[in-house]
Amino acid sequence: MKDLLEIRWHGRGGQGAKTAAQLLAESALDTGKFIQAFPEYGPERAGAPIRAYTRVSDREINIHSPVTNPDIVVVVDPTLLETVDVADGLDESGILIVNTTETVDSVRRKTKYKKGKVATCDATKISLETLGIPMPNTPMLGALLKIKAVVPIEALEKEVQKKFLKKIGEEKTQLNIKAIKRAFKETKTG
Amino acid sequence: MMTKKLIALTGDQAAAEAMRQIEPDVVAAYPITPQTEIVMNFSQFAADGRVKTEMIPVESEHSAMSACVGSAASGARTMTATSANGLALMWEIVYITASLRLPIVMPVVNRALSGPINIHCDHSDTMGARDSGWIQIYCENAQEVYENIIVAVKIAEHKKILLPVMVCQDGFITSHAVEGISIFPDDKVKKFIGEYTPEHSLLDVENPVTYGPLDLQDFYFEHKRQEAEAMKSALKTIPAVLAEFNKTFDKSHDLVEEYKLSDAEVAIVVLSSTAGTAKGVVDELRKKGVKAGLLKPKFFRPFPKARITKALSNLKAVAVLDRSDSFSGEGGPLFSEIKAALYESEKRPPVIDYIFGLGGRDIFPEDIKKVYKDLQEIKKTKKIKSPVNYLGIRE
Repeated sequence: MKDLLEIRWHGRGGQGAKTAAQLLAESALDTGKFIQAFPEYGPERAGAPIRAYTRVSDREINIHSPVTNPDIVVVVDPTLLETVDVADGLDESGILIVNTTETVDSVRRKTKYKKGKVATCDATKISLETLGIPMPNTPMLGALLKIKAVVPIEALEKEVQKKFLKKIGEEKTQLNIKAIKRAFKETKTG
Repeated sequence: MMTKKLIALTGDQAAAEAMRQIEPDVVAAYPITPQTEIVMNFSQFAADGRVKTEMIPVESEHSAMSACVGSAASGARTMTATSANGLALMWEIVYITASLRLPIVMPVVNRALSGPINIHCDHSDTMGARDSGWIQIYCENAQEVYENIIVAVKIAEHKKILLPVMVCQDGFITSHAVEGISIFPDDKVKKFIGEYTPEHSLLDVENPVTYGPLDLQDFYFEHKRQEAEAMKSALKTIPAVLAEFNKTFDKSHDLVEEYKLSDAEVAIVVLSSTAGTAKGVVDELRKKGVKAGLLKPKFFRPFPKARITKALSNLKAVAVLDRSDSFSGEGGPLFSEIKAALYESEKRPPVIDYIFGLGGRDIFPEDIKKVYKDLQEIKKTKKIKSPVNYLGIRE
């Protein structure tokens, strides 16, 4: 791994992309890495396209500007493929992970991202079936870890426990962990 | 490798955490984006009984600073926090605070002043208050925010200083980004800042004092002269306070930070978070054999002129990056002061200004590379084409 890993998240306000970016960073912090996670704040409203960023490094992170050449892009909302250039700045060594019901080939066509790795996961379905609500952010973390072991999945589970327990209680926390594990299994690449 | 356990906090949370450990007697504050999380988190600490602070939720920033003046004059350790238009609204009392020599510490989350209305980072708010008599510290990241707020209490309350302090961080960029922060033990922080024993207090009826009387032609001038002297004295005293902080917490704070500057030929001068981004660019250019360096003033008030002159006078070309415009037609406030500082120096490198990032416009490493490229050109030709430039703008 090069010493700085940069991830860009695309979602819509209210889907938890910011939370996902933070959860990943905080899990990495617990494994001894240096981290940074921040959202791009525009006009804040539910449904508006938003970006969030995670940086993970073995060394102190000095840079304080948005990620322009990400190693990994995670798309939390499938409809963004039509409206946002999600593959912008992603080179052939990059990874694009999308929450979608469509195939890898279809994602490649829509994003014009031909050379790098593409993975898909139906995170909305997973979250509806496990949590009963469309919150694709936590399953997309599972999908990400399947493709790139930024942190061991146990580290993420621990972090989810820590962050969610007080806010949403034991039952829903466990269901989030279940959704992460299921997404980890069901993510496809091509 | 890291030796200390780090916890994930935003710049705002780091500020609130420092305030929790300081546990001021009084906090009077009004929430404003992007400072809101400081007040929100600290209010939670107060509500949960984790601090014994008297928390005063006021109806405006003008009232916040007014309540702080009353509190500090009565001898209580007092803090508040604000941003942008909030700072603008408390303006009248901001000047009064410094004039009354009240050691209030105020985290400021830098945000563009309206208008047009904008909630994102630039330094127009605190740069506008640069002549208010407050000490100003600018922070690169959340760790510095945390540490500078702690040391600010000691600086403000020092018997030879007695001036209020603003501890500035970049709105959203620092205030809302999560980073790994190392937090000192509570007892160590409390021991470092010590119990507050005010020099003068309205509640000390044995030694009555007057705050804020009418002060006309006969004495106003002498009082202002003393205020100017306090700021000059602060410049001499602050290094000793920083040394004590460094010794206690194993840190290396200074009035300015020099990054790869000792053998540099070209350098950028910039405050706050952009200094971090610029460090990465310096590293990259160094690998290519370019003798690039960086100067990050941490204190802007008092202005560390001697340190800045010494650090810059041997360079071949210098660029100042200003995150605010003074609308003088001659560049930003940092540029004016850096140039003035170099005027009396025997060796004076050419200095150019780049105004950048107004209203939260992002600045990328590519922008900073362009500045170093311009500096290389000035070094070669010894000519400045344009002294004041705008970076990352459409025109």
